[in-house]
Amino acid sequence: MIEIKNLVVQIEDNRILNGLSLTVNDGEVAAIMGPNGSGKSTLSYVIAGKEDYEVLDGEILLDGENILEMSPDERAAAGVFLAFQYPLEIPGVGTMTFLKATLNAQRKARGEGELSTPDFIRKVNAAADKLEINKDMLKRALNVGFSGGEKKRMEILQMALLEPKFCVLDETDSGLDIDALRIVSEGVNALRAQGRSFLVITHYQRLLNHIVPDTVHVMSQGRIVKSGGKELALELEASGYAEYRTEAA
Amino acid sequence: MAEITPLRSPAETGLAKLFEATKMRYPTGVSIAREEAFRYFEAVGLPTRRVEAFKYTDLSSAFRDAAHPAEVPSAELAAAVVAGAQGFAGIEAVRLTFVNGHLIADQSDLGRIPAGVTVTPLTQALSEGHALLDQLTPVRQASENPIYQLNTAFLADGALIAVKAGAKVETPLHLRFIATVSEAFSTATRALVVLGEGAEVTVLESHEGPDGVAYQPNDALDVTVADNAAFRHVRLNAEGREAVALSTLSAKLGAQASIETVNLVVGAVLSRHQVYLNFAGADAKAIVNGASMLNGSQLADTTFLADHAATGGVSRELFKTVVDGAATGVFQGKIIVQQAAQQTDGKMMSACLILSDDGQMMNKPELEIFADDVACGHGATCGALDDDLLFYLMARGLPKAQAESLLVQAFLGEAVEAVSHEAAREALVAEIERWLAARG
Repeated sequence: MIEIKNLVVQIEDNRILNGLSLTVNDGEVAAIMGPNGSGKSTLSYVIAGKEDYEVLDGEILLDGENILEMSPDERAAAGVFLAFQYPLEIPGVGTMTFLKATLNAQRKARGEGELSTPDFIRKVNAAADKLEINKDMLKRALNVGFSGGEKKRMEILQMALLEPKFCVLDETDSGLDIDALRIVSEGVNALRAQGRSFLVITHYQRLLNHIVPDTVHVMSQGRIVKSGGKELALELEASGYAEYRTEAA
Repeated sequence: MAEITPLRSPAETGLAKLFEATKMRYPTGVSIAREEAFRYFEAVGLPTRRVEAFKYTDLSSAFRDAAHPAEVPSAELAAAVVAGAQGFAGIEAVRLTFVNGHLIADQSDLGRIPAGVTVTPLTQALSEGHALLDQLTPVRQASENPIYQLNTAFLADGALIAVKAGAKVETPLHLRFIATVSEAFSTATRALVVLGEGAEVTVLESHEGPDGVAYQPNDALDVTVADNAAFRHVRLNAEGREAVALSTLSAKLGAQASIETVNLVVGAVLSRHQVYLNFAGADAKAIVNGASMLNGSQLADTTFLADHAATGGVSRELFKTVVDGAATGVFQGKIIVQQAAQQTDGKMMSACLILSDDGQMMNKPELEIFADDVACGHGATCGALDDDLLFYLMARGLPKAQAESLLVQAFLGEAVEAVSHEAAREALVAEIERWLAARG
């Protein structure tokens, strides 16, 4: 379970999050929708531990433990996973090298043994097949020369391998065509499980047709201004964000 | 009229004394103009920062004293140090071992030289007046360089390696240079590799020595690559931490000849590796890469010159430098395209990653183009590790040090990838990993 309590965050004197509170229960898929500039990406970065943000108040508890005290790698080992809106290209770092390093680093941090190479390859191949990631992609440097859709599928592949407890998907639908959206969504849906919760950040309701949320939250001006069930996404699609912008202002 | 005596530093005076005292002990011959070389050196002296080519690498202050040329080590001492030698140690190769700059026949594989190759110890070649000696100094510009001329003046040992036309030599030749002893000394070695038409050979060259001793190696490798021949060269500078290591590679390329040379620098408090390439024949190709990993107060200088004298030459240079602590990287590169060298295609790149506040990098790329139909370019970059990339890796669970290492390795890896010989490439990657592991 993830509990975000009264989170206040600024970057270079700009207040981005203004006392944001949100709880996502185990097994729950929560969607956050909101207009541009409402602080959605900031929330995802603060959860993952990016340094540029200054947390002035509040806490983020993962199963009762405040992750704000942890470095990004410690959060990852504790079970936090951020699927980036713009996954980074890392020239010179082979995809398989990267996957193995991350998987083993997390296992090590949790006091588990390293995965043997055959086990690792079997695991990667099985996950790659499901996401229609071909073997050539795995042989290349991480994300280098990948299309937008390929990069997003690579994010989901990492999610599948790392088996996190809490997944944040930051506009995973952006830059995806219909087929890629379906593949990515199926990948996410396959990972839905009792002990795993999701925070799906999106502008559009379209993604939520594929990844059907349990709860929908509207974010504006750095706070959650309305929460509801999946039907709230449809309302937003029809009425837009105008009402929430003025309400919060 | 009063005679004008140039001012000399103690090191310069010392070198002059040493030259007079030792020159008669060395083999000489018409092809090796020791005396002229030393007179040249004496006229220019140890370059200070005021000399443009040494603006960033002040040899005058690096050489406070002239170290005595190293003696031939005893057989026992040689055997003991060879047993612990690490450079390219695990690689199947035919080894020529030099201890303190002297070829140690007992520790070399002179008895199993591959077919198509002949190896003559330089001392023997000089006293016999070997026919191939006139191929020494294949690139004119090298003889206008005080480091190279000092090497000629003090040349004590080396090897002459001839590869027969058409011979494709599979097993690499390993020139293994090991320094030992506890007091400062100097060495001067020269290897000459002559490749006949269509010949192919790989030469590995490793340099290692003790930390804490300010020894002064000066090593030169002269290469002539005949038409359609291919020379591959992998060099590892793992000299001791106090060494002042000077080296020069000069190569002349015939028509459609090729050279691939990659130099990895991890050792020496000051090193300068000079590469002189002469594109004498049409359509010759060169890959010249370097990777330097520096920390503490190390300075590593890579000075490169490509002289395109014939049409269609292609050269690719990629130099990567990682600077930590208060270390300094220096890159000076120059591509000359003579008027006749139309359709030359040259690209030179120097990239530096600075990991500390006190590290620095000096880049000086130059192009001198007299032909009108060429594609030449150069670039130089300098920067810190990308915070966004670090965050991405850390967000996947890699601790900061590991994330940094992965990025540094990737950065340097691009320069090392060019090594065709798989085991040698892996050995360089292992050196990079070792350096990163020590960084912690």
